Amino acid sequence: MKGGKRHVVYDMNNRAAYKETSTTQKRKAVALISGGLDSMLATRLVMELGIHVEGINFFTGFCVEGHTHAIRKKDKTKPKRNNALWVAEQLGIKLHIVDVIEPYKSVVLNPKHGYGANMNPCLDCKGFMVGKAYEWIKENDFDFIITGEVMGQRPMSQRKDTMPVIQRESGAGDLLLRPLCAKKLPPTLPEREGWIDREKLLDLHGRSRKPQMALAEKYGFKDYAQPAGGCCFLTDANYTRKLTDLWGNRGTRDYELDDIMLLKVGRHLRPRSHFKLIISREEGESRFLEGYRKEFVHLKTISHGGPLALIDGDVNDNDLQLAARLVARYSQGRDADAVEIAIVDKQGISKNVTVNPIAVEDIPGDWIL
Amino acid sequence: MSTHHLDARRLLCPMPVIKTQDTIKNLNNGDILSVVCTDPGAEHDIPAWCRINGHKVLDINHANHDITISIEVNGLGSTPSS
Repeated sequence: MKGGKRHVVYDMNNRAAYKETSTTQKRKAVALISGGLDSMLATRLVMELGIHVEGINFFTGFCVEGHTHAIRKKDKTKPKRNNALWVAEQLGIKLHIVDVIEPYKSVVLNPKHGYGANMNPCLDCKGFMVGKAYEWIKENDFDFIITGEVMGQRPMSQRKDTMPVIQRESGAGDLLLRPLCAKKLPPTLPEREGWIDREKLLDLHGRSRKPQMALAEKYGFKDYAQPAGGCCFLTDANYTRKLTDLWGNRGTRDYELDDIMLLKVGRHLRPRSHFKLIISREEGESRFLEGYRKEFVHLKTISHGGPLALIDGDVNDNDLQLAARLVARYSQGRDADAVEIAIVDKQGISKNVTVNPIAVEDIPGDWIL
Repeated sequence: MSTHHLDARRLLCPMPVIKTQDTIKNLNNGDILSVVCTDPGAEHDIPAWCRINGHKVLDINHANHDITISIEVNGLGSTPSS
């Protein structure tokens, strides 16, 4: 143990155990960094109070990232940055990015507290992430956890009645500090022990973003991601519809990373319940989908410029004919009488067919996911 | 010092960053890691991750659609001027 006055800290997670610490030892916190403004501000505030902070970011597979879209030409003007990394760099802190794809499945598939407006299990998600951060601080000898939560900001996970649920269910207890609204909450261990001055913490609440924007200006933060932390595809109605379709037609609510990645890319059409087409919209998407050509039958226009399409499902010759006509519709030969299409199986064996592009009016709206 | 290779092609960010991070955890100071990616976002994210974690990006090469990033472990985070 380092020098300085010794005192005893109550360990919330093992009420029978006590941990000896030193008042001269610099306290360490891990901050959940989403890439949005609130966690950035919360971290900056705590750093200002003399705490060593490192960031942690969890990759669930459903995270919205600018560069996921960077494979599309139309998004090339957007910065191709991971916002969590950008935030960490602005703050001058380390960032640990943790792959939680597998354990996160239970949150998505069986959320104890249910879903929000779409398939977003926000309350379970926050509890899960704080729980993972709690595991991390124990493994890495850090003292407490910071989040950018603001009471009343979000309808599920950031309410007065649900914020204690996160503390309880994550196991973090009062090792979880929410600096932006701490004064609205009972003092946590870092406050009670004097590791940080509660008076310097904030009492933000409600949905207004003005206090955060003012604080960002004070700290000189510009070009931060908007809106704060809106970072999950599960809150997106279109994405949720495609995920629900996937499960409904597979007959099982499960997924692999490739499944949920493919839902982010291309135009999805389900002309029959037993198969779906994923049709690229840009050259970048075609290149990305090409990476799956050993796992899916794929189609590519030969006579005209056009997309690459994957077929998800087992198909017969009639299905392939329909798929080819649909792909032709989305090619540069859409107005031609005949478009030549290569149909390539998973072994790479190709056969060419010539089809008449399907008319727009023959594509029922409910085929388009 | 030894040279290591990581194939992160087809992975979308942040998976190339996570794979790089997890590989570097097991390397020694001065080792070189060569990461091959296809997500254009990796070209920005891996150097950003290196900068904040104290590793040095030695070189970034493009060949067809592959992006190869060479990293010196614990090379103190500077990046090559381009």
